[in-house]
Amino acid sequence: MKTLPSTDVVIIGGGWTGLLMAKELSARSAVSIVVLERGRSRIPEYSSGMDELDYFVRMHMMQDPSREAVTLRHHDKENSLPIRQYGAFLPGSGVGGTGEHWGAVYPRLMPDCFELQSKTVERYGAAKLPEDHTMQDWPVTYDEIEPFYARSEREVGVCGKAGNLNGKKIEGGNIFEGWRSSEYPMPPTITPYFSELFRGGAKSLGYHPYNNATAVTSEEYTNPDGVSRPACAFCGFCERTPCMINAKAQPTNVLLPVVRQRKSVTLRTNATVKRIVHDSAARTGKARGVTYIDESGEEIFQPADLVVLASYTLGNTHMLLLSGIGTPYNPATGKGALGKNLTHQVSFGVQAFLPKPLNKFMGAGGTGVRISDFDADVFDHTHLPFIRGGMIGAMSVGTQPLSTFGTTPSSMKLPRWGSAWKKASIEYFDRTGVIAFSGEQIPHKGNYFDLDPRYKNPMGDPLLRMTMNWQDNERKMAEFMNAKMVEIGHAMGAKEVNPFPGYGDYDVVRYQSTHIQGGTMMAKSPDLGVVNSYQQHWEIPNLFVIGASTFPNSGSSNPTPTILALTYRTADAILDRYLKKPAPLA
Amino acid sequence: MRRRQFLILSAASIGGVLVYSLDRKASRVFAQEKSAQTLKIPLRFFTKDEAMIVAAAAARIFPSDDSGPGAKEAGVVIFIDRQLAGPWGRDRYRYAEGPFDENGAREFGYQGKATPRETYREGLKGLKDFDSLTSEQQDKKLQQIENTHLFALLRQNTIEGMFSDPVHGGNADMVGWQLVGFPGPRMSNYDEVDKHFGEAFRPKPVTLEQVLHRKVRPSEDEDTASA
Ligand SMILES: Cc1cc2nc3c(=O)[nH]c(=O)nc-3n(C[C@H](O)[C@H](O)[C@H](O)COP(=O)(O)OP(=O)(O)OC[C@H]3O[C@@H](n4cnc5c(N)ncnc54)[C@H](O)[C@@H]3O)c2cc1C
Repeated sequence: MKTLPSTDVVIIGGGWTGLLMAKELSARSAVSIVVLERGRSRIPEYSSGMDELDYFVRMHMMQDPSREAVTLRHHDKENSLPIRQYGAFLPGSGVGGTGEHWGAVYPRLMPDCFELQSKTVERYGAAKLPEDHTMQDWPVTYDEIEPFYARSEREVGVCGKAGNLNGKKIEGGNIFEGWRSSEYPMPPTITPYFSELFRGGAKSLGYHPYNNATAVTSEEYTNPDGVSRPACAFCGFCERTPCMINAKAQPTNVLLPVVRQRKSVTLRTNATVKRIVHDSAARTGKARGVTYIDESGEEIFQPADLVVLASYTLGNTHMLLLSGIGTPYNPATGKGALGKNLTHQVSFGVQAFLPKPLNKFMGAGGTGVRISDFDADVFDHTHLPFIRGGMIGAMSVGTQPLSTFGTTPSSMKLPRWGSAWKKASIEYFDRTGVIAFSGEQIPHKGNYFDLDPRYKNPMGDPLLRMTMNWQDNERKMAEFMNAKMVEIGHAMGAKEVNPFPGYGDYDVVRYQSTHIQGGTMMAKSPDLGVVNSYQQHWEIPNLFVIGASTFPNSGSSNPTPTILALTYRTADAILDRYLKKPAPLA
Repeated sequence: MRRRQFLILSAASIGGVLVYSLDRKASRVFAQEKSAQTLKIPLRFFTKDEAMIVAAAAARIFPSDDSGPGAKEAGVVIFIDRQLAGPWGRDRYRYAEGPFDENGAREFGYQGKATPRETYREGLKGLKDFDSLTSEQQDKKLQQIENTHLFALLRQNTIEGMFSDPVHGGNADMVGWQLVGFPGPRMSNYDEVDKHFGEAFRPKPVTLEQVLHRKVRPSEDEDTASA
């Protein structure tokens, strides 16, 4: 195996977290940094992104399952099967990672998400906790990361309206949100018709609608690094595609322009990391570097003093399992934390059939109106058969025909093809809007990651296996929310609303979200988690694991603002403390 | 390599629209020339007989009727032929390692071994002479196979062929987009997005190549190796 000259820092993954870490470390130190990204740069192709077939359906931007797949089983007694084509979640590959084709919705987590277990017990008593839950508080609180949220909003360039400025509630913003030290750097985007209808409907029922925060530009914007982006043009080709004009924030248009200028950073593409090479020992273990496969198929050893794992929830957990770092979780004994607390946000929608055309081809990622009246613990759960909740909203992200043609009111009882179906599908094509829910999944004893015993990737390594199913709490939450959403649909003027049929088993076909958390969770002590609050590995202090894999539980909010806030906090800790004295930070 | 086969379409069968033939030349067939003109389209994957069956099935799934043109006018069969000849058709981007559990629950997605090409080739054997049946007989036959993987692909690919950018071979003359009022890839809706509330705003559709003023290479051309 070829061994390269050593580098101070090696970062595995060139997505949101990896490139942000490279930017931060290179801004305030002279360390040499190598970023290894398994995919290539696709920036020259971005102008062809307005093709629904190749980008939305054939998934041009997404991770290629023939190279890296994940398997699923619903419980320990079932045989796992590979997810042969991604559907429920759509991780990315290539420079910028998933952040290139993301939706850019940019809300913070509710403050009590960080203290899920203790706050729930405080209000309702321990008897209220769902059976077989594995909730535990984060080793960091909302108040501690608030400044990092604010910093990320300025750098990423986010628009929205505050609903809670330093504790003062502001009508029109989300009055249920955690306190904010500053207003959003840009005002909210224009609200398209469908979302405006939702605002009216929600208001008439006494709820508190607000314009969603999003990382698309509502006006021309220059961030503190001097990177400028033009105002969004609402072309409607946004989520699942890269932006043609850089109005949607992406790692390649927010971070890469800065990172590219830094001589201390080397970005190597087509470099698939295979293992983290390490010497093990409790709390004094040492990572030596990483091995990776380059474009020609050659295996290469890249020695490094500090290893940062930034390869998304799935990659992070997989890499530690493959490298034999940490103790894999055993659901029978409850021992071990690696792979534990896998959560996937609860996402579903109801279809509202509205009387007037919506012109839904116009829109932008994250644009829309939501309510948080049923989020977190905003509403009283004393007499409800579940805990926690989520946001209900009507987004106007731009709708294309392949993904939406063929939706008709269920009362019409139509076949799924032929003349009658065609006629009704044309009639309702631009009169159907989806009211969507995004909620918390409570971590559960039976939902976790490990290595699959049967299926392998082309490098001969076992695939990552998810053991995952919806539990009672999610099913009951969905039932409750469904009724609220149907009610809002009618209040918006819908002639009919197709309700959510309810959760069967966890389904890999229907898109849910790419908001998967856990696997390398953070905790206040080594027996409870994989990393400390600085996302530093408990056993190997020169290894940092960044991304949503460190979340002990899902929030209802889209995860990236929290992912980035925690990345800033980790970068500061590395710069201000670790580089001066390489040792455990907690 | 097998001998190249052609799909011969009479102009009457595609009522006066633009058809992008498989060698990328656009041919416009005018209504008034109807019966006089035929189009000879080289096929990339299907045999001529298979293409006729698929065209007929797509035309029942998405018929041409009083609500507007359908799969026939959009050239859906041409779209499907190209998709099958390309990387999607041979599962280039699917995890295709065994063991296969053909009876895996629906929640696991399609778990079969057969690629889309194999599913079509095998499945179409069961639809021999389908194109010479009456519409009623065709519908009956399709109802019989409604729960098969072949039908799922046929339905999905027919919708794709109706509404994909014309660069992929279907949606000829943007008939699919015109049917539903979708304008295609418009670079900017900035001046319109806060207007037209409650009224249909229907700008004239444009294709990706028209917007970009250059050729676009669709994914099916990534790999044009013959079947
Ligand atoms: C369709 C879609 C919509 C979304 N919408 C939103 C939204 O609206 N709001 C929100 O907050 N979030 C959204 N997300 C999620 C968001 O994209 C992720 O949270 C975010 O990108 C995570 O950043 P990351 O750096 O952890 O991972 P990524 O951005 O995925 O980056 C990880 C990188 O690591 C690379 N990598 C992996 N393994 C290896 C290896 N072994 N060797 C080398 N490189 C490797 C990958 O190729 C990738 O480039 C969405 C995601 C999708 C798919």
